[in-house]
Amino acid sequence: MFHTEVLEVNMGPQHPATHGVLRVILGLDGETIVECKPVIGYLHRGVEKLSENKLYVMIPPLCDRLDYVGSASQNLGYIQAVEKLCGIEVPERGEYIRVILAELNRISSHLVWLGTHGLDIGAMTVFFYTFREREMILDLFEAFCGARLTTNMFRFGGTLEDLPPGWVEGCRRFIDLLPSRIQEYEGLLSKNRIWLERTKGVGVISAEAAINWGLTGPCLRGSGVNYDVRKAMPYGAYDRFQFDVPLGTNCDTYDRYVIRVEEMRQSVRIIRQALETLPGGDFRGKVPKKIKPPVAEIYHVIEGPRGEQGFYIRSDGSEKPYRMRFKSPSFVNLQALPVMSRGHLIADVVAIIGTLDIVLGDVDR
Amino acid sequence: MPSVPLELLKEKFPDAIEEVAYFSGEVTARIRKDRLIEVCRFLKDERRSQLDLLSDLSALDFPKEALRFEINYHLYSVAHRHRIRIKIRIADGESVPTVSEVWATANWHEREAFDLFGIAFSGHPDLTRILLPDDWKGHPLRKEYPLEGFPEQHPRYR
Repeated sequence: MFHTEVLEVNMGPQHPATHGVLRVILGLDGETIVECKPVIGYLHRGVEKLSENKLYVMIPPLCDRLDYVGSASQNLGYIQAVEKLCGIEVPERGEYIRVILAELNRISSHLVWLGTHGLDIGAMTVFFYTFREREMILDLFEAFCGARLTTNMFRFGGTLEDLPPGWVEGCRRFIDLLPSRIQEYEGLLSKNRIWLERTKGVGVISAEAAINWGLTGPCLRGSGVNYDVRKAMPYGAYDRFQFDVPLGTNCDTYDRYVIRVEEMRQSVRIIRQALETLPGGDFRGKVPKKIKPPVAEIYHVIEGPRGEQGFYIRSDGSEKPYRMRFKSPSFVNLQALPVMSRGHLIADVVAIIGTLDIVLGDVDR
Repeated sequence: MPSVPLELLKEKFPDAIEEVAYFSGEVTARIRKDRLIEVCRFLKDERRSQLDLLSDLSALDFPKEALRFEINYHLYSVAHRHRIRIKIRIADGESVPTVSEVWATANWHEREAFDLFGIAFSGHPDLTRILLPDDWKGHPLRKEYPLEGFPEQHPRYR
């Protein structure tokens, strides 16, 4: 007679492949996963409560620290939400600089993702390659605003500063270089047999299930659903540029890899157009000293590197938001982990956490 | 600007809508709590609205009002590219029917609202704290909760 029972294994909270402090409780039948329960909250800092006690101008630095890998998008989303609430206009040059910086940030976030995802699965070299290019982006950020990671580059009505002398040339050099570097990554991975074995058919989620679980960003597009906020409801200057939205067909980890790599190319395309048509004039419009929105509520969404980032602000007419809510794509995407990993092996959970591209600071807020 | 989901709602549930608001291109419909599930199912399944993506679910606290909490459902349709915000108001201690059977993604959002506001969702499969430790006292996003927490909770830091 055989006696079998489900073995419970804790993965995390301190585990290098969880990209932060995430605990996953796995129920195992042999090596196969029958149950999976993510436990989160280890990085909860109560940013929503903090925001209710701060002036509107004091909140952007907090936003940066939610999703610290894609801080420019966080910053942009919040600033645009308040601008929508108060009816603040942004000059065209400001909008273009915003797009350039946000897209650079998307590339840098995808580079971090590709490097660490490779590292999780066992492809170590890619990590060194991607971080080499990411360094160049961080240098560009540093030249622009002095900070590298939590940049806080945007202001109500525009950006912090105008582009410094020589910045456009530096940026152009980088985007001329990047496509050849992307080819290098693909050369290392796309036809690598180990990479294919570890990613093809792993973490499959159908289009219907993906929408039901609220996935957004590359995870949703990997299942072939064409939803990119930049195209669906263009914000800022995104309607001025030509770019494609890559879609997957097999709904698996490999397709999501292909999509993110292609997104980097599309971001390069957007930045190139923006640099070519960069208008002159002011980088920041006239903004009242005191930000005091009318009594209203707003829900603004933008396409961050990880998916749809939502910013809900309820204003009661004072200088502080009555309620500030950050909808983070990482939080929502992580919820699909049990669905995607059931029936796979432990090693695949690592790949699936990687492919979801979560940032725990954004999950726990 | 006419909103397709709102027109459909008005046509199908004229008695469930309590209030309609427009601001900056966004449409909000406050509906009766007891019709919530019906309305949500309809908005999701009806071909003309097809609001299949629950973009966000969040709560608000108005401690001075009789119907203390407000819950917002931000819905989006991938096919039609339109949005609508559905909201309900409830009193303290009242429970809300869960929408996690309509949109699976509501599961964690509702747990978060339970954790931070203390709102109970009836029929929820796993209504436990999500961001805070299981033995935490109080609900931080309620307005009476002090910013630095209750003094007895962490005396060492004071």
